Amino acid sequence: MAETTSSNMQASTFWRDARHKAGENKLTLAAALILLLFVLVSLLAPWLVPYDPLAVEPAAALKAPSLAHPFGTDALGRDILSRVAIATRLDIGMAIGAVVLSFVFGTATGAIAGYFGGWTDAIIGRFMDTIMAFPLFVLAMGIVAALGNSIENIVLATAIINLPFYSRFARSEVNVRRNMTFVEAARMGGNRPFRLLAFHIVPNILPTMMVQGSLNLGWAILNAAGLSFIGLGVRAPTPEWGIMVSEGASYIFSGEWWTFVFPGAALVITVFCFNLIGDGLRDIIDPRRRT
Amino acid sequence: MKIALSFAKRIATAIPSIIGVVVVTFLLARALPGDAAAYYAGSSATPESIAQIRKALGLDKPLWFQFGDYTSRLLHGDLGISLSSGQPVFHDLVTRLPASIELTLCALMFAMLIGLPLGIAAATRPGKAIDHLCRIIVSVGAAFPTFFVALGLVYFFYFRLGIAPEPLGRLNDTYFSIPPTITGLYLVDTLLAGDIQAFWASLSQLVLPSISLGLFALAPIARIARASMLASLSSDFCRTARAMGLSRTRIVYGYGLRNAMLPVINILGMVFSFLLGANVLVEQVFAWPGIGAYAVNAVITSDYAAVQGFVLMMAILYILLNLMVDLAAAAIDPRVRYDG
Repeated sequence: MAETTSSNMQASTFWRDARHKAGENKLTLAAALILLLFVLVSLLAPWLVPYDPLAVEPAAALKAPSLAHPFGTDALGRDILSRVAIATRLDIGMAIGAVVLSFVFGTATGAIAGYFGGWTDAIIGRFMDTIMAFPLFVLAMGIVAALGNSIENIVLATAIINLPFYSRFARSEVNVRRNMTFVEAARMGGNRPFRLLAFHIVPNILPTMMVQGSLNLGWAILNAAGLSFIGLGVRAPTPEWGIMVSEGASYIFSGEWWTFVFPGAALVITVFCFNLIGDGLRDIIDPRRRT
Repeated sequence: MKIALSFAKRIATAIPSIIGVVVVTFLLARALPGDAAAYYAGSSATPESIAQIRKALGLDKPLWFQFGDYTSRLLHGDLGISLSSGQPVFHDLVTRLPASIELTLCALMFAMLIGLPLGIAAATRPGKAIDHLCRIIVSVGAAFPTFFVALGLVYFFYFRLGIAPEPLGRLNDTYFSIPPTITGLYLVDTLLAGDIQAFWASLSQLVLPSISLGLFALAPIARIARASMLASLSSDFCRTARAMGLSRTRIVYGYGLRNAMLPVINILGMVFSFLLGANVLVEQVFAWPGIGAYAVNAVITSDYAAVQGFVLMMAILYILLNLMVDLAAAAIDPRVRYDG
């Protein structure tokens, strides 16, 4: 009985603290709402958009924003608003896919390295050091060039270059906990190392790892969009923000600014929201890392 | 003596990284989709010609043998032949490298010149306007894709206002003479050639790309400068200095700043990783004839030797830059030096 009250109290202070910080930082709340809107768009866009994002309409090419086309049209007369909206799913999806991959593999390798130490740690650490020895975007380019020019490989490359951050972080977090009392108790209870890691230590580091993940989302989306901006991964008619900015760039000298500004703005707003939410989550869950 | 030894130790730590980088670039080239020999042979190849090319490329040998072959060619500066230019990749990269280095250095200078004072000013006046400005610039710098900033600047300053020169390369050679190559950096070469007009022209070509690239690097520099300055100003020795009645300038610059420099130097490693990567995007926008634009072209045309050479050269450059950052940190801070 006493136990439940204390955990209830803990939970309620946690929520009070979270509410306090959310109230203090209205920006985070606003970011969360905008992002929610983007997620809704990404799910519902096919039914919401006024035009087919792939429909070519030569008569309406490069029209400035108007009531019929709020974001204007591109060189092939396609409606930019529809294309930007449809692209939301692909761009956010690529970022989330990459972050989930590096989160899972980074946490697993880092936890194993931190728990077992010794040569396991040395091998995993060396591997991560090798990734970090490259300028990360350059390595991503190399990986996509080698594995083949596809969307899956963009996600994979983005995941690989982010892997060391998760792995090192998980390693140090696990290393601190491996001999804590609750782990000792579980070990005494007869848990084998992998069970100990999976059910006792890793759940304990998950909140801080999630903060790491949310801080990383904005960067992942920038990276994926950057790769498609230089012509990797996403193929031509597919709507995607990076490639749309790159297509629009050719019309900069004739002043058709809307061709690159709207997809670019969508990218910026998304990254901004991801970053603000990451910061907000960190303040709530892991305030020590605030800078 | 002890200092020389600790410097030597630091230099030695770069060796495993270089080995790792060579192994990874080798494996990347072997991970190519499909049969490399068939690819090089082209579409009209017969099985015999494919086998011949496989033999010529050494692809019929065991992997470890190929690796040995690869490293021994690397040691002779042989990165293979580029399919699109027909030139040795090493030659292509070396002739283009100065353009990229000039751009990266200018961007770094821009980022340091704005980022450091901004971070310091924000830390000395926390909660004031300058602190908010710093926070805004840091968030903006972290959220705006380099290529988007670059395009926005071109649109605004070239197309709208007409102040900036046409974003096509390093120097317009119909109006200015390209300086004879001495360092490869146009800013230096034009001055050495005594051609002041060309100097200003190449400087004006550099402004927009450097700002777009530098803005990306500015964010981490300003953020770390602010954080470490705050930590240093609230430390015991600064409190003591204040209690002793030293002047504010003396406390902030004499004690605070000197002790806050180490984290700033350390973040430069990360900053170089950003810069070298984002370089590729900025070169693409400004038609900058550097190795980034070369690599993009190579990736699009599946010119694998060129991509491999580019990744390797960038990685080695990055390792060397990191080494310099480490040595600089050791030079300014004795604690780093003696910790070994």
